[in-house]
Amino acid sequence: MYPFTLTKPTGTTEALQAGGRGGRYIAGGTTLVDLMRETVERPGVLVDITALPLRDTALTKGGALRIGALVRMTEAAAHPLVRDLYPVISQALELSASAQLRNMATIGGNIMQRTRCTYFRDVTADCNKREPGSGCAALNGFNRGHAILGTSDQCVATHPSDLAVALAALEASVHLTAPDGSRRTIPFTDFLLQPGSTPDREQALQPGELITAVEIPAMPRPLKSGYLKVRDRQSYEFALTSAAVALHIRSGVIREAKVAAGGVGTVPWKLPAVEQALIGERPSDRLWSKAADHAADGAHPLTHNGFKVELLKRTVEQQLRTVGGTS
Amino acid sequence: MSQPQAAVGASVARVDARLRVTGKAKYAGDNNPDGVVHAVIVDSRIGLGHITGVDAVAALAQPGVLTVISHLNAPKLPPVQSNGYPPGTPLRAFQDDKVRFFGQPVAVVVATTLEVAQHAASLVQVSYDAERPSTDLSAAPPADNPETYARGDADRALGSADVKLDLTFQMARQHHNAMEPAGIVARWDGDKLTIWEKSQAVQYSGFSMAAEFGIPPENVHVISPVIGGAFGNAFRTWVHSVIAAIAARQVERPVKLVLTRKQLYFGIGYRPAYSYGLRMGSDRRGHLTAAVHDVNSETSAYETHLEDTLVPGRMLYSTPNVKQTHRSVPLDVNTPTWMRGPGYSTGAYPLESAMDELAHELGIDPIELRLRNEPADDQSNGLPFSTRRLRECYTTGAREFGWKRRNLRPGSTRDGDWYVGMGMAAGVYDTQRAASQASVRLNVDGTALVQSGTSDMGPGTATSMTQVAADALGLTMRRVIFRLGDSTMPPAAGHFGSQTMASVGSAVQDGCDKLRKEAIALAVKDEDSALHGADPAHVEVRGGRLYVTGDPARGETYQRLLSRNKRAYLEVLGSWAPPEGAARYSLYAYAATFAEVAVHARLGLVRVRRMLGVYDAGRIISPALADSQALGAMIGGLGAALLEHTVTDHRDGRIVNANLADYLVPSHADIPDIRAVYLADGEDLVADPIGVKGLAEIVCIGVTPAISNAVFNATGRRIRQLPITPELLL
Repeated sequence: MYPFTLTKPTGTTEALQAGGRGGRYIAGGTTLVDLMRETVERPGVLVDITALPLRDTALTKGGALRIGALVRMTEAAAHPLVRDLYPVISQALELSASAQLRNMATIGGNIMQRTRCTYFRDVTADCNKREPGSGCAALNGFNRGHAILGTSDQCVATHPSDLAVALAALEASVHLTAPDGSRRTIPFTDFLLQPGSTPDREQALQPGELITAVEIPAMPRPLKSGYLKVRDRQSYEFALTSAAVALHIRSGVIREAKVAAGGVGTVPWKLPAVEQALIGERPSDRLWSKAADHAADGAHPLTHNGFKVELLKRTVEQQLRTVGGTS
Repeated sequence: MSQPQAAVGASVARVDARLRVTGKAKYAGDNNPDGVVHAVIVDSRIGLGHITGVDAVAALAQPGVLTVISHLNAPKLPPVQSNGYPPGTPLRAFQDDKVRFFGQPVAVVVATTLEVAQHAASLVQVSYDAERPSTDLSAAPPADNPETYARGDADRALGSADVKLDLTFQMARQHHNAMEPAGIVARWDGDKLTIWEKSQAVQYSGFSMAAEFGIPPENVHVISPVIGGAFGNAFRTWVHSVIAAIAARQVERPVKLVLTRKQLYFGIGYRPAYSYGLRMGSDRRGHLTAAVHDVNSETSAYETHLEDTLVPGRMLYSTPNVKQTHRSVPLDVNTPTWMRGPGYSTGAYPLESAMDELAHELGIDPIELRLRNEPADDQSNGLPFSTRRLRECYTTGAREFGWKRRNLRPGSTRDGDWYVGMGMAAGVYDTQRAASQASVRLNVDGTALVQSGTSDMGPGTATSMTQVAADALGLTMRRVIFRLGDSTMPPAAGHFGSQTMASVGSAVQDGCDKLRKEAIALAVKDEDSALHGADPAHVEVRGGRLYVTGDPARGETYQRLLSRNKRAYLEVLGSWAPPEGAARYSLYAYAATFAEVAVHARLGLVRVRRMLGVYDAGRIISPALADSQALGAMIGGLGAALLEHTVTDHRDGRIVNANLADYLVPSHADIPDIRAVYLADGEDLVADPIGVKGLAEIVCIGVTPAISNAVFNATGRRIRQLPITPELLL
């Protein structure tokens, strides 16, 4: 680990100033400290933001659900509003990491998680994300866990977050505050960046910008939702594939469908073709199968992850059936 | 006169339970002798080649850094000979510029704090002349001199067999992944070396370390009272231990060196990857007629690690014609080592899978097929079995597991989205024993101290030895202290090969018997003793009181006897060694393991629902500890069957999942309902005086084929490679 200094501001203004001077924000630290130990991350200044007032979970006037950036994963997963309105979020959180990590990690930190690509985490390997221009060891290396969607010839690393898959499905947005105090809100699917030719740029954040909350828009009710995570081990493992599904079914017809996949993309992968195939249709096993057929459209499998193409379709089909039921 | 049995056979708490769960147990890395400093190893980032330079300027500039040692400035060590295992040229610490495998130590940084040493180690710039390593078992040629075995004419018998199987199995490399990392604290006092080291064999470690530095063995004191799991990886003296001692000599201060989790993947051995070809023939009724085994396993380019993988295939079933070849394949990797159930667990997987395939082919129940091939004696050497109760393991297991509910037709049992199936497999492991001693001292205060230079890698040796000693001395367990893990204690078997209970336990029994008899002799000759003139053969001891059998009022306590005779203590040395000369019996422990699995019809996920192990393992000294062993082994087997796989990037030899997030072991959620049953009245007195056959390995042998056979029964899909991951079942 490289030497660093740690500051702990008590107010938002002070924190933003420290961030504006190049300090790295740290909350639960479950990703950042890990990567610092591996010397992948070498921040000179850490700004501990855990004293900031960003811990509320509440409905907005318009009926959207806003979750503060410093809400712990455990708290968010157990919050009655989250559980009642968006089971897909609760489930995604509860299937993440371990209880100990969920007690530390925050919602803001969760969407800032960095990839589990083994070559990214090993400073002796080539990695364009860690060291632009050095090459991508995963492209022709061991890439069973890597992405099949949203990849480039520069990077094939999978985005690791389960929560992010649920947020992408539900078309959430991210609230940001800049060091000068100005605020903006951007769609979550624009917040995370595909690697393209700049895999080192992972989020659409300006220098010193601070995540203050994520917001899930109001959805028509009743809304059924849920998250399926497929992995070798039953617990405490990142997804091979996953699916977040939310369906609004009225009078036996699917009126709204929100579907995204995880474990397969360089970012959480929204599945508009699957959604389109569902809207206006009546739930049936045939429909789930037909819609899920589009789940891997545009996939580019690598040497060891070709199975994810079929597994992804089956994961989506399975979760559509689980959430939508069968007629 | 035999002693009443109170402690042996009782489920007791571990004697060190409080110490361990309160964090007070002192593991190797917990020792902090005065002036201790910290060492961190710099690992090679190439898989083969030469070091062309070491730039330590930036590292040395860090405040607190004491030295940086590499082959450029390391002391020359005297040559060492391989002591038999493994044959080859052992890896030495910083003696040349050659890189033999990815991760090989190339330098060490010593600093006053661990944090400074870690940071400085990342600043050492090593330059290399790199070559492409050969690390792929399937792509490299085997070495000459394979291990071979033959009886009858297997090729011919196979040619004329009614039913033939021709199968190839692949088994992934696995790492031990013990909770406690390998670690050592080394301190020199002149030319005497004290090491607090994680070691399964303290005396062996002392000899090895002495040889490394060319000093007499008695100059090395090895201390290792508690270990947090090892599974075989703390048997050898690995190069990091030598590096710590070199560093300590250089800085003239005690040095602590603990490997990181990542370094454990190339620092302390592993279970090698295998390719196992098995051709098997039988008649129509399922009697085996021939088996041909062609086995390749990986080893390093500098040492040959070859396991007893072929043994189950030559003695588990009656097979008149057997031909076996086991070739080692030298690769640019670090040397593999023993890992729980070495060889046997690997060999049982193809054999037991093939038996299941044959049973299916013939339409015979897999247990019935095994019963039809049960041998009358050990066909590999003609010896009678000391005890072999495998039939009872099958019948007990079938009854307890509900085997008759198994559907003979694969893929025909469904539970919602899941296919459900059952499988079973047999297991065998040899009963190893080694000469051992134990000193026994009975104090005037009625307490006893028993010591033996063995180790306890985790399962609770001190507890089971205390049980044996307490009964033989006629004391309660609380009055007996058993100590181990110090090379100055009486010489004894190391803690490996399931030999400790049989070997050290028999020495403890011998010592405690002798001491009790000495006390009895003292009493019956003592005119002031209530036991004066009694027949020593009719005196027994219970709760520290000696009394005449059948006349408990006539007696006295150890305390009274010793204090009246002005003896501060009585002391004897117990010993036991297996008989010399040619073996007269075939000695093995046996197992039958049963598994029920569910396989997701769409997603290919395999989840184990139930497991049962039934064991013919001799007498069970400590049932609660035995359950810890058996349940842990079945969980380990579950990991080997479904999860565990060390992955090497063959481009440069790097291990890409060298951490516990990417190398998967079972989590609690993966662990189903598991039960262990030990055949009653199992004592095997041919094996050793206390009748045990060894438990630690047999409990893990046959778990992987039981699970993969259950996967077949569930799905009708044969997967002939481990681990069985979802993509194989899509």
